Amino acid sequence: MDHKVVGKSAQRLDAVAKVTGRAKYTDDFFERGMLVGKVLRSPHAHALVTRIDASKAKALPGVVAVLTPQDLPQIKFATAGHPWSLDPGHRDVEDRLILTDKARFVGDAIAAVVAEDLLTADKALHLIEVEYEVLPHVLTAEDAMKEGAPVLHENRPGNIVSSFGVQFGDVEAEFQAADQVFEGDYETSIVQHCHIESMSAFAFVDTDGRIVVNSSTQIPHIVRRIVAQALGLPWGRVKVIKPFIGGGFGNKQDVVVEPLTAAMSLAAGGRPVRYCMNREEVFIDTRTRHGMKLHLKTAVSNEGVLKGIHVQVLSNTGAYASHGHSIAMSAGGKFRPLYDFRAIKYEPKTVYTNLPVAGAMRGYGTPQIFFALESHLDDIARKLEMDPIELRQKNLIKVGHMDPLTKNVVRSFGIPECIAKGMELIHWDEKKKAHQQQTGPRRRGLGMACFAYASGTHPVALELAGARIVMNQDGSVTLQVGATEIGQGSDTVFAQITAETLGIPVDMVHVVTTQDTDITPFDSGAYASRQTFVTGIAVRKAALEVRQKALEVATRRTGLPPAEMDIRDCMIVEASLGRAVCSLGDVAMDSYYDRILAAPITSDTSANVRINAMSYGVTFVEVEVDMETGKVEVTELWNVHDSGTIINPKLAEGQVHGGVSMSLGAALLEQMLFDPHTGKPLNNNFLDYKLPTILDTPKINAAFVETFDAAGTFGSKSLGECPTISPAPAVRNAVLDATGVAFHKIPLYPQVVFEKFREVGLLAERSVEHV
Amino acid sequence: MFDICELHEPETLQEAKRIFHDNPDLKVIAGGTDVLIRMQHGSLAGAGLLSLRNIRELEEIRMLGDGTLSIGAMASFTKIFQDDLVQKHVPVLSEAAVSMGGPQVRNVATIGGNLCNGAVSADSASTLFALDALLKLENLEGERIIPMGDFYAGPGKVNLGPGELLVSILIPREGYEGMGGRYIKYAMRKAMDIATLGVAVVCKVRDNRFAELRIGLGVAAPVPIRCFEAEAYAKGREITLECVQEIARLAVKPSRPRTSWRASKDYREHLIEVLAQRAVAEAVKRAGGCCAH
Ligand SMILES: Cc1cc2nc3c(=O)[nH]c(=O)nc-3n(C[C@H](O)[C@H](O)[C@H](O)COP(=O)(O)OP(=O)(O)OC[C@H]3O[C@@H](n4cnc5c(N)ncnc54)[C@H](O)[C@@H]3O)c2cc1C
Repeated sequence: MDHKVVGKSAQRLDAVAKVTGRAKYTDDFFERGMLVGKVLRSPHAHALVTRIDASKAKALPGVVAVLTPQDLPQIKFATAGHPWSLDPGHRDVEDRLILTDKARFVGDAIAAVVAEDLLTADKALHLIEVEYEVLPHVLTAEDAMKEGAPVLHENRPGNIVSSFGVQFGDVEAEFQAADQVFEGDYETSIVQHCHIESMSAFAFVDTDGRIVVNSSTQIPHIVRRIVAQALGLPWGRVKVIKPFIGGGFGNKQDVVVEPLTAAMSLAAGGRPVRYCMNREEVFIDTRTRHGMKLHLKTAVSNEGVLKGIHVQVLSNTGAYASHGHSIAMSAGGKFRPLYDFRAIKYEPKTVYTNLPVAGAMRGYGTPQIFFALESHLDDIARKLEMDPIELRQKNLIKVGHMDPLTKNVVRSFGIPECIAKGMELIHWDEKKKAHQQQTGPRRRGLGMACFAYASGTHPVALELAGARIVMNQDGSVTLQVGATEIGQGSDTVFAQITAETLGIPVDMVHVVTTQDTDITPFDSGAYASRQTFVTGIAVRKAALEVRQKALEVATRRTGLPPAEMDIRDCMIVEASLGRAVCSLGDVAMDSYYDRILAAPITSDTSANVRINAMSYGVTFVEVEVDMETGKVEVTELWNVHDSGTIINPKLAEGQVHGGVSMSLGAALLEQMLFDPHTGKPLNNNFLDYKLPTILDTPKINAAFVETFDAAGTFGSKSLGECPTISPAPAVRNAVLDATGVAFHKIPLYPQVVFEKFREVGLLAERSVEHV
Repeated sequence: MFDICELHEPETLQEAKRIFHDNPDLKVIAGGTDVLIRMQHGSLAGAGLLSLRNIRELEEIRMLGDGTLSIGAMASFTKIFQDDLVQKHVPVLSEAAVSMGGPQVRNVATIGGNLCNGAVSADSASTLFALDALLKLENLEGERIIPMGDFYAGPGKVNLGPGELLVSILIPREGYEGMGGRYIKYAMRKAMDIATLGVAVVCKVRDNRFAELRIGLGVAAPVPIRCFEAEAYAKGREITLECVQEIARLAVKPSRPRTSWRASKDYREHLIEVLAQRAVAEAVKRAGGCCAH
């Protein structure tokens, strides 16, 4: 299809604002007389607060308020950023209070101080006297499920948040009938999003008595609901504003600081209060990615046909449910529209432990499942003495596949082409040959892994998106969306969709990038790789309506029926002749100032999107392993994606770079560590948490196989989370190829690799003599 | 926001020594990349600071008449790794300097602060130790010059007397002349990381024999150490792969690594041997030698 704007790398709308430092983030806004809030955190992993005395803290000059659990409404609320469900059976788990008198992890918020400045607030925290009754704690999911394990939440005596699974076919029969059955255990570690901008918000009570919360969030409309619920207020009494945001990656698809910030302001008589976490706090008291343990059992024919699979997942969700219950469930659905299993049994268990809370993070559980599955497939291929690529190719589903459970239909399926393209780009066959019979301290290997993902959450959750367009006097338009720009470039993509539809250049689409729940159309926000796909449909719908209205106004000038006209390059043209008849600006002026017929051209629409589209891709990677130190280095990497039509190649590439680097961090370096005896975090800072730097990041190559998916706007599908799914298993498989050693847990931290090399005899034991 | 109650910013060394003499409880601050981190973590509350930032004379890097290279305590790591004299005479120090932190940190962090902070992971320490560097310390009463080995008193502890400042680092001619060197910083990341192990090697080669070899290790014991037995073994010996392997084995002997959640003792010892061997081999190459079979 011939597009003017779609498919072109339009410069991101906020590029200049961001690189010149003019873009304003939550912490760049100031109110007169602003106060600061600070939180007192539990030093114990599990403890009851038996006494709390804030009198000394309150007496400190400069302290405006001290909040303890008793000062706040005792309403348990759910923090997960999902659309509200009218069906109580589908709601998120309501297990959280703003401040708690039962600490469930080291860092749980017990009390808070509002003061004139940070130093005073810090001093006041030390003056709050708290006595704890320390309870036994539990850090692993296995331990938490044992008889007699400490119970975190009274209404969940077995500590299991959710164990809702799915199945189809008869997996036991497949195991009975299969030529071969393979089993494997895989494990991923707890990692974090590491967005540059901290978790931050400020709140005040406005002149109309309503609470205004400014927050670095992905989901302003949901924040509004949850702040109101947590404080027991009518929803309309809360207004949420979301300015520029410095990254979220799912951590801000959750309500973390906002209810407390609002409560702080209320405690300070409505004065503005800022609560901005420092990095150490972000690590312990926001959200993490679930560490998961997976057991896979697969029935396979001698020819390598996958028959049935049984997947057991143990997901450690930490002290509160957050998204935990839905993550393990959702992740299990993603591989079904990739490999054609006749029978699947998927059994997740999401378990409370006394660790920081796990929640949404780019990929929403899918990276964990695919780490296990794609590692498992390579292990199976080895045992079958079969090429791992061939094994995958043999088992792919086909276009038209309908998922037996979600009923989602695969309308485009570019993975065969992605595999072919990736093999060619990395020179798979040549490299395979070149790597034969390696000796010496540095060895290279090749690996690959596939993934599938969805575009939004249909049919599990509501997919509602809103868009509003107003045509200005000059023929430009102002676009408002409830979807949030969080760095992924969605504003730019919406501008492109609008411009393409209206026949105007991108710079004539003015996107209001700030969301304000008072004025912004309703949309649940940035998550589930949904915005281009879901909100794109709403934007396209709004733009088509504006186009139609503009053409109707033009009819008054031209006498041509709207269907005979088109808008091209800001001109109204007679479509069949390509003849310009008047400018869009003329039409706009008529719409505002015609003495009889004036009615500005606007549209205010929403789309309830009840369809989904599967996105696909594959990572090809070459690694070099230092056989003496255990260090693994990525020497070449290709991520090849089928995300349908690519609306903006540059932005798409940016998504791939970010997603891949996130996955490589998880594959090789990143993990949150806790003292096994106390549950205290060991590395909640950027020195000890080894987020890769740019020097640790290899050149990341992005390539696309552009399919056309009829469900998406201009044929597009999701991409946001996709790139972070397959790199980790591809790296693991490349290390297997290089060394013959199968690792079952990430990260492949040098210490761990060293130990494993020792264990399998690749490194000799030495005896050390000390002087 | 930092809990600082007073700040002195003298412009001359003399003035600094006087202020420090009169207020021995002041905390010296150079680049502040260690001091401010500590304050951020809540120690040094209500501190008074003596800043050396405005004392230009402490930033100088120059060659003294007797061939001693003098590096001012306030020289930043950016300045050190780019400095012509350093690159010409002690390129291994340049290599160590640029391994440190990232560009922003190197712009403000000083070599004096790196040493006085007393961290065993200090990237300049093992290299300076291998170079037989001396430290010039001054207070209002006078000056003293001590070898690196006498400066470290324990983990995070250095021998600085009351009112005493580190003024410069002196690398005597014998310390560097004709030496090839290699610093391997082994860390989990290639930037913005502290060393899991630091190995600094300098050597002089004559007729493909070790005329001299010196090895400094960081994070191998509670303080930076030298590997004297390995050095003595090397002296005069022909450079062969076996010889280098034996040196590396001996380099493990004085180490006292411990197991922590960051790395195990076993792994650290293994790394000392592997990396000492690599560093020696490379230093030999840079000194014009060859350690093939
Ligand atoms: C992000 C980051 C990355 C880092 N990476 C590294 C790294 O890779 N390698 C590494 O070794 N270090 C690293 N560090 C630690 C730190 O930057 C270095 O130790 C640095 O050299 C300290 O120098 P400074 O000038 O900032 O010292 P300051 O913080 O100002 O002072 C450090 C200590 O030395 C004392 N002091 C300073 N100068 C003198 C003097 N002339 N006389 C007497 N006492 C003095 C101070 O009182 C203080 O106790 C890093 C720090 C940060 C924040």
